[in-house]
Order: sequence, then C-alpha cells, then structure tokens
Amino acid sequence: MEVKINNIRKEFDRFAALREVSLNIASGELIALLGPSGSGKTTLLRLIAGLDFPTAGQIFFGQEDASHHSVQDRNVGFVFQHYALFRHMTVAQNIGFGLKVRPSATRPPKSEIKKRVSDLLDMVQLSGLENRYPNQLSGGQRQRVALARAMAIEPRILLLDEPFGALDAKVRKELRRWLREFHDRTGHTTVFVTHDQEEALELADRVVVMSQGKIEQVGSADDVYDRPQSPFVFSFIGESSHLPVEVKDGTVLFQGEPIGISGTADAAGDLFFRPEDVVLTDDREALSGKVTASRRLAGTRIAEIDIANNGHDPFHVEVEVPLHAPIELGSEARFRPTRWKIFPK
Amino acid sequence: MSNNRRISFRNPADESFSTKLVLVCLSLVFLGFFLFLPLVVVFVEAFRKGGEAYYEALAEPDAWAAIRLTLTVAAIAVPLNLIFGLAASWAIAKFEFKGKAFLITLIDLPFSISPVISGLVYVLLFGTGSLLGPWLKSYGIEILFAVPGIVLATVFVTFPFVARELIPLMQDQGTGDEEAALSLGASGWQTFWYVTLPNIKWGLLYGVLLCNARAMGEFGAVSVVSGRIRGLTNTMPLHVEILYNEYNMVAAFAVASLLALLALVTLALKTFLELRFGAGNAGGRH
Repeated sequence: MEVKINNIRKEFDRFAALREVSLNIASGELIALLGPSGSGKTTLLRLIAGLDFPTAGQIFFGQEDASHHSVQDRNVGFVFQHYALFRHMTVAQNIGFGLKVRPSATRPPKSEIKKRVSDLLDMVQLSGLENRYPNQLSGGQRQRVALARAMAIEPRILLLDEPFGALDAKVRKELRRWLREFHDRTGHTTVFVTHDQEEALELADRVVVMSQGKIEQVGSADDVYDRPQSPFVFSFIGESSHLPVEVKDGTVLFQGEPIGISGTADAAGDLFFRPEDVVLTDDREALSGKVTASRRLAGTRIAEIDIANNGHDPFHVEVEVPLHAPIELGSEARFRPTRWKIFPK
Repeated sequence: MSNNRRISFRNPADESFSTKLVLVCLSLVFLGFFLFLPLVVVFVEAFRKGGEAYYEALAEPDAWAAIRLTLTVAAIAVPLNLIFGLAASWAIAKFEFKGKAFLITLIDLPFSISPVISGLVYVLLFGTGSLLGPWLKSYGIEILFAVPGIVLATVFVTFPFVARELIPLMQDQGTGDEEAALSLGASGWQTFWYVTLPNIKWGLLYGVLLCNARAMGEFGAVSVVSGRIRGLTNTMPLHVEILYNEYNMVAAFAVASLLALLALVTLALKTFLELRFGAGNAGGRH
C-alpha cells in the first residue's frame, strides 16, 4: 500500500508539532522517521495511523483519502513503544484480539482464529508460548508478540514507534536484523520511528530526517550521510565539525586567509566536514590549530584541535589522523578537508 | 587490645527490642481499647438476654423494615455511584479538558463537608419553603421525608469512593492499551469491555465495597432528610438510635451488631482484595 502525505500540519494548543510536511511512501518500502525528541516524528506516525488527526493537510492510502478515517477504518498495524500488550490476556489472546473483535459478518470462526494465531507465532518464532502472559516474557519476546498482534489484522501498512527503544543493546541488534528479514519476507509497507541514527541507517530503505516539525531530508543511508542537504542533517548524522568561512573568487577563506579548498557561490557560510574527510598537510594554505587531546578509536585516532579565534573562545574541531601520524599534545597541526560542504549563512 | 566481643551489625532503620515492644504494646492497647472493646460490647449487649431476644429484636416489623430500607437504598446508591465513578474517572484519566482540576476538587466535596450539611442542602432544595419541593409535590412526588430523599443524600455522601479509587489507577495506566485495542479494530464498547474494565476491575470492586459500607452506615445526612418515620423512612443506623433513646438496649445492639457484622465482612473482603491486588494497588488511601 502506498501512502501519500500532503502538506500536513498538526498543532497542539497552538504549538506546531508538524509544519507543512509532505512525504510519499512507496508500496513495500521500509521507511525510518529519524530525529531528535520533539522533532515531530512520533506525531507524524500517529497521524498516519489515525490515532491523531491533522490540523490541515491530507493523508492518502493508495487513491483513498484517509485523512478523516478513524483508526479502526484505516486497518493499520501499530506497534507501540512499550508494546501495550493486554496484561490480562495470554499471548494467544493478545494476538487473536484483532480478529475476535471483528463484527460477526467478517469474524473468522474460532478454529480459524486459533490457526492464524499459531501461524503468526511461528512467523515471529514464539511457538509454544501461546499460554504465557505478557509479564512472563522477555522484552524481545514482548516486542515480537506486539508485532504478531499487529500483523494479525492483515494491516495495509505497519507502523512501529521506537520499536527497539526499550531493549538492551544486544537484543536490539538481533531484533533489528530480524525485523529487516521479516520485512523482506512479508513485503509490508513499514514506517518506524527512531532517534537512533545507526538503527535508521542500517535498517531503512529510505531515511526521513526530521527536525522541529519539518522534514530536513529524505534519502537512502548514503544520501543522508554523504550528501546532507542542510546544516542540521550534516551535524545530526554522524560526526562533523563546522567553521565560519567566506568564499571569494572561488576560494574559501577562513579568518581572511585561503585554506587551500575551493567554493562556488561567493558568500559567507558555514564549512562542514567529517573527521575522516581530512588530511594532514605541510602546505601553508591550510587550517591549523593546537592539538588538545587525542583518543584511540578502533583502527584510527581522533585528534581534537582548537583553532585560535582572535581572543574569543577557540573553534573546536575533530579530525581523524593516521595511527602513526606525528601528533603530540600541545603541538601545532595543519590539515585540510578533502570532502566538505559549505552552507551559505 | 584484644576484643572478643561480637560486633552486631544492625540495619540503620531498625530499632532496639525494647523500643519495638513499647511501640507494639502501645498500638495494641490503643486498638483494643478503642476498636476491639466497643465491638465486643456491641455483641455482648446484643446477646445479653439470649439468642431468642436477639432474634425477636431483628424480626420485629420496624427493625425488619429498617433493614429492608437500608438494603434498598444501598442497592440504588451503589450502582449509581459505580456508573458515575467510572464515567468521571474515565473522563479525568483519559482526556484533557478545561476545568479538570475543578472537577477533581468537586468530587472530593462530600468528603470535606459535614454529612449533616449535605442533608440540610436537600432540605433547603426540596423542603416546603423551597421552589422545587411544592412543585414536585403538586405532581405527587415526595422527596423529603421519603425514600427518594434518603437515596439522594446517600448518593451524595458516597459518590467520591469509586471515583477516588479509579482516578489514580486509570491515570497510572494511561491510554496505551486503549489505543492498541482501537488500532486493532475494536469499537469503543469492545475496548471498554475487553481492555479497560479488566485492567481496573480490582480497584473498581474495592471502591464499590467502600461505597457500599458507607451507604449502609450513613447516619448524619440521612437523619436530616429521612424524618424518621418508623417502618417507612428509618434506616438501620437511625433505627439503632431510636431504640437506644427508648432504652431498648438489646434491640438497639442487635441491629447494631448487624451493621458491625457488615463492617467485618467488608474488612475481610477488602483484605482479600488487597491480597489479590498485590502490594500497593488496593489503596489504603482512605
């Protein structure tokens, strides 16, 4: 099921949680809504589900305008952050709930429900736990029961709110891989919310980066990491440093001096670069600063460098240096970005 | 310096044996004197002239009428407050609206004003000098000094019990389970019946129990509105007082013993519910 979101706005008591958000989700896609807390990602997910309604704008499920349909009519599978399993029902009753509450005309017979429940338990690899209660399950098992319960109603799309938020690191990684396989097997259009960029980049076909109620960028993991389109995306995804620069006649000037890289539009702007996209150099046209700290990070070394700022607080940048580079604390280091982006001010 | 004395490690929050003994004895003496002794007296006095006199006192038509009236009033007031309590706590716990804090305060009102005043309010509202009273009377509807007045006063006095029990419970549980049920296609009623109600059933039962105990035992408000017409508008607590004023001790204590028995049953049920509930949830807030 393809989902189309048109100029959605959502206000809570005049506070704009979402402003003019538009997004097209292709059928069968796995989409991550990524952003810091307060960016509106969960609000967007709840609007798609019909748990909240937009102040303005429309949501289409295929050709059908679903903006004003209730959550029951939308037929979506929603997995809640803390799973919201019914604690007084067994695993089997939880999974079968969506079928049991159907009007009698469309409700499958009991034997059919039982069969469907056991098929779903197979699918989430929890066979044999039918008669357990939620409080007798581990976090990862609860998560999968919640998923099976959402899948039982044969939803048109699957929505997951911080699906791994409440799990410990190891289970989180396992389940992440498992969810990707699950998605590839079932082919459901899936949208999940996360604040963990690693999770979003590893799992999703496309990542929607959100900030302050707006979509900053939509793209594959490579797109958002290698070609960030806004200062926010550049600094939110991965590590980065930034410096105020000026472009003049195609040359980038920092504190009035050329630093050996070129720019296009002549204007003042912010130069962004990642720690790994830097080379040390002896060239006079380069950035230079004092090494204040260095730390070993797996196969590389990260040097923290302070660049003097005319008596103000120094600019702080981090660069990756070769393990054997002659870097000493307190010494002067000269370096130059190899890949960078300048965002005009 | 060698020292073979064993150093005993004590929990910092622990008290010495003598302190504990004094505290326990003090509580026991207090409980015995103010709670247990009066309870014993009720039953001793009730049976002072033997089982037959006890039975006669209860079988007497006026006593029997008082018992029936008390049961009737509770049978009306408790379900009404059950519905009201559910509706109010549902609204307060699951929705955001203006004036919510005011509503919560309002629910507590009957706890904070004297029952006598609650009764007087109804006298002013439905008495002969009021607007409503004569108007209703012209249609043949008696409120004051009749069963409807007693029911109204009882409903008023007991209405916080269920709501007070459920509001914190439902606020604590939030709306997650309900949203899950709705997203799975359940209707509002199905959500209430299959999800909300099972989540709150023990708290609800506990509130109903307390509500019932108070409804049957209420004296102040009811005594103002009832008019105490023997055999007609006399509830059990009022009947006890009348018998006592007539120096009919055996009969007074016999009826009182029934009320005491009710209290003991309520206490037993409450303890049972608390065990079922697990620690903490059953309250003890009153």
